[in-house]
Amino acid sequence: MNMVRFLIRRIITGILVLWLVATGTFFLFFAAVPVQVVARNLAGRAATPGVLAAVTKYYGLDRPLFAQYLTFLHKLVKGNLGQSFLTQQAVTTIIKQDLPVTVSVVVGGVLLWLIAGLAVGILSATRARSLFDRFATLGVLAGVSAPTFVVGELLIIFVFVQLNQHGISFIQTGYAPITQGIGPWLGTMILPWITLAIVQAAVYTRLSRGSLLDTLGEDYIRTARSKGLSERRVLYRHAVRSAMTPVVSQLGIDVGALLGGVLVVEQVFGLHGLGYQIVQAIPSGDQPVVIGLVLLAAAFVVAANIIVDASYALLDPRVRIS
Amino acid sequence: MSVTELQFQAASVENAPAIAIEGRSQWQLTWRRLRSDKVAVASVIVIFLMIAFALAAPLIAQLTGHPVDQAYTLRGEDTSGLPVGPGVHGFILGTDQIGRDLLVRIAYGARISLFVGLLTTSLAVIFGVSLGLVAGYFGGIVDAILARFFDAALAFPFIILALALASVFHPNLGIVIGVITFFSWAGISRIVRGQTLSLKEKEYVEAARSLGAGPGRIMFIDILPNLLGPVLVLSTLYIPAAVTFEATLSFLGIGIPEPAPSWGNILSEAQNFYNTSWWYVVFPALALLITTLAFNLLGDGIRDAIDPRTERLFAGSKTSQRKRRKAQGKNNGGLDLDQAILVGQEGDLTDESPLSAGEG
Repeated sequence: MNMVRFLIRRIITGILVLWLVATGTFFLFFAAVPVQVVARNLAGRAATPGVLAAVTKYYGLDRPLFAQYLTFLHKLVKGNLGQSFLTQQAVTTIIKQDLPVTVSVVVGGVLLWLIAGLAVGILSATRARSLFDRFATLGVLAGVSAPTFVVGELLIIFVFVQLNQHGISFIQTGYAPITQGIGPWLGTMILPWITLAIVQAAVYTRLSRGSLLDTLGEDYIRTARSKGLSERRVLYRHAVRSAMTPVVSQLGIDVGALLGGVLVVEQVFGLHGLGYQIVQAIPSGDQPVVIGLVLLAAAFVVAANIIVDASYALLDPRVRIS
Repeated sequence: MSVTELQFQAASVENAPAIAIEGRSQWQLTWRRLRSDKVAVASVIVIFLMIAFALAAPLIAQLTGHPVDQAYTLRGEDTSGLPVGPGVHGFILGTDQIGRDLLVRIAYGARISLFVGLLTTSLAVIFGVSLGLVAGYFGGIVDAILARFFDAALAFPFIILALALASVFHPNLGIVIGVITFFSWAGISRIVRGQTLSLKEKEYVEAARSLGAGPGRIMFIDILPNLLGPVLVLSTLYIPAAVTFEATLSFLGIGIPEPAPSWGNILSEAQNFYNTSWWYVVFPALALLITTLAFNLLGDGIRDAIDPRTERLFAGSKTSQRKRRKAQGKNNGGLDLDQAILVGQEGDLTDESPLSAGEG
């Protein structure tokens, strides 16, 4: 019952947040970017003033800003994100087309960085101050220090180019849909995943190491040991489970910040996903696409945060949802 | 800690010669600890070398005889117009796609990248600390409004805003500095605000207030010096973040515009040549990675030096800690070594974590 009430409240505040993001993005892009700039982008550099005026009128850009905003909200409630200024495609169609690419990158990347980050973190915590621990910490800092695109470029040079020069063509850039077979899909995805993992796993290694070291000093761990449980059982059943709480909240934050990382990864590896669409849409003033994609990202963030908060209770029995 | 051990410690202090005791300030202690941290010292040396490299850029250009923007279309490119490799035709690190000397460009790039990193961090620290102090000290409605601003600035997808700004204005150094500062100050504010909330309840603040000190004096003369530690650590960690940030902006075509070289825009140009010219990517990437890694390691070192209760991974050797634990084990009366280590570790953690949590 508690859980249901919690979820309902969180979903309502989530919708409020989405409305704020929609409003903020709308005014940022429609008010900050002058109409003349947008119209010129749409009509082309050589357009005459007459053409410019016609373009402005066609897209309703001549109406008062607030009237445009109301129309936008009205359409939004009905699930209509509008049409691209440039290609006339519905924004929902663009999302449907390119979502699989981005989802492939994100899901694989998140899984890989979680597994790598936690494994190294747990090993470091159980072997605190060992040689492994020191090298892991150094590696972690190196990952944190590197910009995403540099990691991507180095991987392309030292893995993709090298392998292909030696006749191994498993790894490719670009995107192969999973419907064409799991092999080609994996070949295009593995480097983007590793890139995200190198940059992000670092944070999780640090976090899980510190948190696990703290947890291992708790009284209930001593109790579990004194009951005669095996060290493995103490570690994985009792310690790791509750040490995961900060890791989970960090994951909620990172999924939000992932938009930036995915955008760069898609750019480096030539993947035409949603991040690529945003990079194309913003300079050309294709505002419906920009707003639609930002809203989609925000919706993911809100959903991720609700799931994260709900999962605290599952991980740590001491946490009660309130 | 056992009673016998306490007695032992008390006795050792009593028996120590009186002249050996000498008052040391917090900063002196921090400085001593930092100096004994080999990794931190090495990081400082690397950072100074990198700054020297940046300052010496004109000298390097003179020594090699290759001005920074000079394109050597004949010597600097091979027959198919591609960059030449390291060591070819007197280009120590090779050339870029229009035949400019890569070493000279990386040196000049160091100037811009380090300048952007240091300037944006200073600006972010000034704004962040001031607003954080105000929010934490005044509390109430001021705090509520400022805190929402911190949250909004932290939550906004920065790349989108940067792209939007770049579509209206032409990218330039000013916008890059503005964008990076705008997305850095809020994190500092949040931490300063939290610290101020607890510091303003301390007795010495109460004393200052009873002496008639105004809010400005209390915030900047009484509270601020006590915040210098965390702010110093944060700044050291924000500098590499800003360098990375500038590189990412340049990569997306919204950073420092050509022909002025920055590590970011060199790397961004280089991505089209990964197939043929590895040096074009690898050397600027190395310069960037070495710099950011050094700042990050230094930041960790300063944090450990300020708060010695945190675990010091690199400083202090493993064997000396083993020995300490072994001695503890013997005092406790005949536990075997592994158990002694285990007990020691648990004791350390449970004793320390509430303290550090209480201060944070």
